[in-house]
Amino acid sequence: MILHELISLDVLRVIWWILLGVLLIGFAVTDGFDMGVGALIPFVGKTDMERRIAINTVGPVWEGNQVWFILGGGAIFAAWPPLYAMSFSGFYLAMFAVLAALILRPVGFKYRSKRDSATWRNAWDWALFVGGAVPALLFGVAVGNVILGAPFHLTPDQLPVYEGSAAAKFFGLLRPFALLAGVVSLSMLIAHGAAWLNLKTEGPVQQRARTIGAVAAVVAAAAYALAGVWLAMGIDGYTITSEVAANGPSNPLFSDVAKGGSWMAAYGARPWIIIAPVLGIGGMLMAALGLKSGKEISTILWSGISIVGVISSVGLTMFPFILPSNTNPNSSLTVWDASSSHQTLFVMLVVSVIFVPLILAYTSWVYKVLWGKVTEEEVTSPANSTY
Amino acid sequence: MEFGIVELSRLQFAMTAMYHFLFVPLTLGLSIIVAIMETVYVMTNRPIWRQMTKFWATLFGINFVLGVATGITMEFQFGMNWSYYSHYVGDIFGAPLAIEGLMAFFMEATFVGLMFFGWDKMSKPAHAVVTWLVAIGSNFSALWILIANGWMQHPVGAEFNPLTMRMEMTSFFEVLFNTVAQAKFVHTVSAGYVTASVFVIGVSAWYLLRSRHIELARRSIAVASAFGLASALSVVTLGDESGYDVSGNQQMKMAAIEAMWETKEAPASFNLFAIPDMEARENHYEIEIPWVMGLIGTRSLTEEIPGIKDLVAQNEAKIRDGLIAYDALMQIREARGQTPDEAVVAQFEDHSQNLGYAFLLRKYTDDPLTATEEQIVAASWDTVPPVWPLFWSFRIMVALGFGFIGTMAYFFWRASFKGMDFPRPALRLAVWMIPAPWLAAELGWFTAEFGRQPWTVDGVLPTAMSVSALGAGEVLLTLVGFVLFYSVLFIIEMGLMLKYIKKGPYMDVPETDSWMADHAERLKCSTGANASPTATPAE
Repeated sequence: MILHELISLDVLRVIWWILLGVLLIGFAVTDGFDMGVGALIPFVGKTDMERRIAINTVGPVWEGNQVWFILGGGAIFAAWPPLYAMSFSGFYLAMFAVLAALILRPVGFKYRSKRDSATWRNAWDWALFVGGAVPALLFGVAVGNVILGAPFHLTPDQLPVYEGSAAAKFFGLLRPFALLAGVVSLSMLIAHGAAWLNLKTEGPVQQRARTIGAVAAVVAAAAYALAGVWLAMGIDGYTITSEVAANGPSNPLFSDVAKGGSWMAAYGARPWIIIAPVLGIGGMLMAALGLKSGKEISTILWSGISIVGVISSVGLTMFPFILPSNTNPNSSLTVWDASSSHQTLFVMLVVSVIFVPLILAYTSWVYKVLWGKVTEEEVTSPANSTY
Repeated sequence: MEFGIVELSRLQFAMTAMYHFLFVPLTLGLSIIVAIMETVYVMTNRPIWRQMTKFWATLFGINFVLGVATGITMEFQFGMNWSYYSHYVGDIFGAPLAIEGLMAFFMEATFVGLMFFGWDKMSKPAHAVVTWLVAIGSNFSALWILIANGWMQHPVGAEFNPLTMRMEMTSFFEVLFNTVAQAKFVHTVSAGYVTASVFVIGVSAWYLLRSRHIELARRSIAVASAFGLASALSVVTLGDESGYDVSGNQQMKMAAIEAMWETKEAPASFNLFAIPDMEARENHYEIEIPWVMGLIGTRSLTEEIPGIKDLVAQNEAKIRDGLIAYDALMQIREARGQTPDEAVVAQFEDHSQNLGYAFLLRKYTDDPLTATEEQIVAASWDTVPPVWPLFWSFRIMVALGFGFIGTMAYFFWRASFKGMDFPRPALRLAVWMIPAPWLAAELGWFTAEFGRQPWTVDGVLPTAMSVSALGAGEVLLTLVGFVLFYSVLFIIEMGLMLKYIKKGPYMDVPETDSWMADHAERLKCSTGANASPTATPAE
């Protein structure tokens, strides 16, 4: 097949870098409010009925939302195999913690209402809290580590080796900047979850969500701004020092990379990317205002925009780096040397062009069918299999 | 066996995959059975079918959620524990996994919420369409996963790129229309349909034995036995088709399943019973059926099926050939992206199809080029998977498969031609049979994947090389973590399943009098003198 030569390899790589961002954003925007609601359950619901209302706002949609995460994994595997191999084996125990927390979630949603016992339901409430809060925090910590660079190298066989003992690998992730990034993602997703509850509930659950959500949005904005300052003042960036082979084979060891300089140099080279952090902070502040003043639709849009801004800002600042290595910079993975082959990128693009619009269409239809507030009557109606 | 990182990673993968497949077959089959029931409801508008739909959908939901939960692990475990594998074949293997998400899992997961929450939010036909979309999504999921798995058994449409040190896709269509993948797909989903049919019949039989929910139980048996009979026939036929494919593409697996040490004269006989001896490389107490193996494996009376010893000799030659490619590869790598010598490239290309065999020597020496004669011979014998577990798991699976055909045919006959009159011993057998399809499915996966050893991708990448650079302690920790965590979830799931089966449907719905009068003859009842079809006796 020569059809794939219609689009050159470097263009395909950039397209897949953008699609990677789209998938992460899709995940954070949709599953983000599920995780936010999970983290909020113990605080917005004082009675069983209030908690059931909160749970049932995400009950019919979390399963579809979570597929963004699964698809993210699959797409990284297909389009960026070295990144898939390196990141998941390198962040091994952290990944295990995320998986365990994410597995608790479906089970918690589905099984909580199946027994009418306070102990049973309380236990699942905490499972849902862990299933929401832990991944929300750890995803941010992971992004923080990606920005700092991870201690790995590639062997001549291209086996990715993450350095250090098991404990050092896990606790080494908890560097101060990475923890700050974790605070950003946790508070951002809590604000997003609160905006969702603000839209889908009324009464005391809605009131509490507004109060907590407004605080979370302000915390997220402050932490994000602080992270920006930190990045400008005290954190090294990475640069490719050899000639860039944008159409070269996907072998990270062929290029030379140096650590040093600042990530912020990207804003000098491509000034327009400033729009991403502006949307990030602006969105958070607008969401905080919206929650305070009780606006519903515009608030969730603003919190969604803030997520788009924050995630894009990370990608645009680091471009063309995807995962730098701080102990062996030459092993760093970049857009130009960590992708799949020309043919695979093309085939996957064709499949995505067909199915992503289809997914967006039927997902929107499902949300439309489910439009409206979740009320006590609906939750207790025998016609529905609510949670 | 020494328990290093390879063994621990294999154990964890086997454990999480087999757990995952406790839930998947029921999801595959029950989604379709529920959709069939709801379709009947939409067409006839009879409340009993709505009740049946909702009841089986509740059990479907309890099972589905653990299929999803354990599936999350599967998607990420390749990167976590098999990072070299992920690097080496991600260019091909990742694509079907990603397409599975895009095309199938997204659809299934998005609509499953509406299936449970949407009863009063849309019209009846629209809801039935949603239920069908869930069923179709689940089954498409299986298609793409089996295309990925089929490629591991029979890697087509790809070649090795020495510059990137990995396999790269050369033809997406060859990967897609891989004959092994297609046969495996139909075999696997049919197995799921049989599982769900046995489950529905078993649970319904339990109700009939207690004279509960008779209306629901009999109709459920009628649907499930018809669906199950067709599926059971398909499982065995397509299993045979897989067998035919295996014998072409994975001759060693076939020879091991048959415990066939020497090449037999065509048409080969089938070993009905044997005790294979790995050390002596022969069988004890063989009972043979003449001709059958030759027919299954080659569809002819004249073609030979090679035995283990001949295949080992062939593999030894492949190792030597692979070493020539390995030698060239090292020289190409020295050039670090610069154009290497043409002669070296030609040397590599002529022998690269056997490069994977040279990697088998990595177990004995870091540099395969320095391997001794003894090591090469030992590595060629490593290509033989342990024979007796394959021999026996395959035979138990096949026996169960024929058992399902018999059971389904019997229940179909009683449901269709004997006025749904089911004798009590048959009902008891149906209840006891519930675990059997799970056993058969797990043994089937065991045969397919254990029989693939020592390779992760047949002839391309040895299992021992595929693992991540992790410490054994880390993998042991997650292995224990997964076992404990999954076991707790499984116990909770079983508890809820039993609770909802005992509880039965939401409320029993009687048929209208006129409909009963029309069908009185066909519904003649013999489960007890007082058991009128409309009645649901008090518990």
